[in-house]
Amino acid sequence: MNVITIKNFRNALVTALWFMFLTFPIMVIKVNTTENLIVWRWHNLLYVGATAFTASLLTALYRQYRDRKRSQQQQEEGTSRVSWNERFFNTPAIARPVCALGALFFLVFPLLFSTYQVNIMTTALMYVVLGLGLNIVVGVAGLLNLGYVAFYAVGAYTYALLNMHYGVGFWVALPLGGIMAALFGILLGFPVLRLRGDYLAIVTLGFGEIILLVLKNWSEFSQGPGGISNISRPGLFNIQLSMEATLNYQYYLTIAMVLLTIFVINRLQNSRIGRALFALREDEIACQAMGIDKTTIKLTAFALGATWAGLAGVFFAAKNAYINPDSFTFLESAMILCIVVLGGMGSILGVIIGALVLILLPEYLRAFSDYRMLAFGAILVSMMIFRPQGIVANIRQSYRSSKDGAP
Amino acid sequence: MEYFLELVFSGLTRGSIYALIALGYTMVYGIIGLINFAHGEIYMIGAFTALIIATVLNMYGLPLPAVLILAAIAAIVWSAAYGFTVERVAYRPLRGAPRLSPLISAIGMSIFLQNYVMLAQTPNFLPFPTLIPEPAFLEPIASMVGTTDLTILLVTTVVMVLLTLLIKFTRTGKAMRATSQDRTMAFLVGVNVDTVISITFVIGSSLAAIGGVLIASHIGQINFYIGFIAGIKAFTAAVLGGIGSIPGAVLGSFVLGLTESFATGYVSSAYEDVFAFSLLVLILIFRPAGLLGKASIEKV
Repeated sequence: MNVITIKNFRNALVTALWFMFLTFPIMVIKVNTTENLIVWRWHNLLYVGATAFTASLLTALYRQYRDRKRSQQQQEEGTSRVSWNERFFNTPAIARPVCALGALFFLVFPLLFSTYQVNIMTTALMYVVLGLGLNIVVGVAGLLNLGYVAFYAVGAYTYALLNMHYGVGFWVALPLGGIMAALFGILLGFPVLRLRGDYLAIVTLGFGEIILLVLKNWSEFSQGPGGISNISRPGLFNIQLSMEATLNYQYYLTIAMVLLTIFVINRLQNSRIGRALFALREDEIACQAMGIDKTTIKLTAFALGATWAGLAGVFFAAKNAYINPDSFTFLESAMILCIVVLGGMGSILGVIIGALVLILLPEYLRAFSDYRMLAFGAILVSMMIFRPQGIVANIRQSYRSSKDGAP
Repeated sequence: MEYFLELVFSGLTRGSIYALIALGYTMVYGIIGLINFAHGEIYMIGAFTALIIATVLNMYGLPLPAVLILAAIAAIVWSAAYGFTVERVAYRPLRGAPRLSPLISAIGMSIFLQNYVMLAQTPNFLPFPTLIPEPAFLEPIASMVGTTDLTILLVTTVVMVLLTLLIKFTRTGKAMRATSQDRTMAFLVGVNVDTVISITFVIGSSLAAIGGVLIASHIGQINFYIGFIAGIKAFTAAVLGGIGSIPGAVLGSFVLGLTESFATGYVSSAYEDVFAFSLLVLILIFRPAGLLGKASIEKV
């Protein structure tokens, strides 16, 4: 039974008072230094107190629930726990129709909804590709890359510049963008991948900022903060398409891209490289002891992740027909990381759900769009504390010996 | 020559500020092995608290020195409180979790705090009130080095000496050193590890708050984003000196400050941040343990 004891109550009260004290200067007083005006917002203190009180009680309840579940599990030792998504995938009678319905929905989406919705969905699907790409680096290989958006920028600018100077078309630029991003990935990864994971995080963060600063300041090369406009949209055998048809065409292209990504990553995970990456994530030293070259395998993961970002970048430039450095800030990197963490690191289905939730929800909850980044931060922290495996936990292929006669 | 000296002083000023922030990074890293990404935000919150309190006190007509001292104390108190809370909320539940988890949690905390201040206060730059007076006897050298620069250098030196004394000669300092050498062993010989970690966060945050107040009165304006870049650079400085080493953090900060100052003075100011990050990458390639750090071999 869940009970709220007096002790929980007292703790919650202390927490509430502490947070009221903590947030007092920032939440209550608002100063206008130019006109020397001060606004006192005492009501905010009430909100903070109430929120902290409730949150504290809920956490206490959650802890009780978790402890009870743990002791239950200890009693029923021997029966392996099966997560909901594992059950889902292992029951073809449910999984197949659901997957088919999902596929059908995405296929007929442009027929059912307006071009505005199609456009948003295309954006969301692009984030699915980005999320899946980052997933190789963060989820599978366990390397925290905080400058992922830099590779996205490399892809986008590769296409934009080639298109502007030489009139290179989308289909030629697509592989080039991927290759360029991969080269940048190797260039960056080479010096730092021999180091500990934490350094990698900060160096990639710095790298993202460098790329952004160069794009902003080197005007002769990238046209500076003004950006590049009039980028050609993807072509279809030189057929002239109407505006709506172009949007639908882009939508289906993105779908194809997502499918390709899912296919490649799915194959990758069960390949030799994929297993080496999982081993790397679990324990670097043990992984080296098993004869895996750490640097090579890390570079592979890094370059693979960067390639997808580059491809998505080319798509992005072609879809918007206009790019500028503001699309490639750290916030984008944080958002993509949030997609991977929320969905479930290493899990393909998780990343897809994560991307759709995090991109589509803010679009439809416009009123709360100011609070979007606040929510991202809170999601990252609370997911790590309460559900580190994400919404959809990754299923690892497992092999069981059939000594006791079980299949 | 005068230009050169001006650059030297501006480099030293920058270096002092980086040092005050970098010490927090290096101390936390030394003890729990975590890059506290939210540390830059603590510094920003310190600057904001000082600004708010100073404006309020100014309105009530307090004399300038009193305003300065009270605002600085408020900044330290609240920054320390934020540092303490961040550790309790975002890092303590993740002790013993895989390495990536606290790191992601720290980034989440950093994003959260940035946006919290942006939403609660303002996304625009706020002018910071002039708190440090310009006395007349410093007139002759005022073109090279302002009073704020001198104050920054002075305060940083005092703080460094106090911190060294604290760590070398007090019980708390001893407990901190023991915890950073071996957490389990320290626990076994009766050090309250949780308290030591909390104290480390409180000290680191207080230093960051001092840095926040000083830089805000030096530059004259602040916004919610100042902590992010300052945080990365201070971290660069900590790595440069050898992360986990306190003299290293100070040395690294001055090297970084001077490098940046000369690079912006003689090359170009648009790429100020690029120089810092390039320096970081170079250090990591050629001397990953930093200038004063010891290369550690991981034992299994």
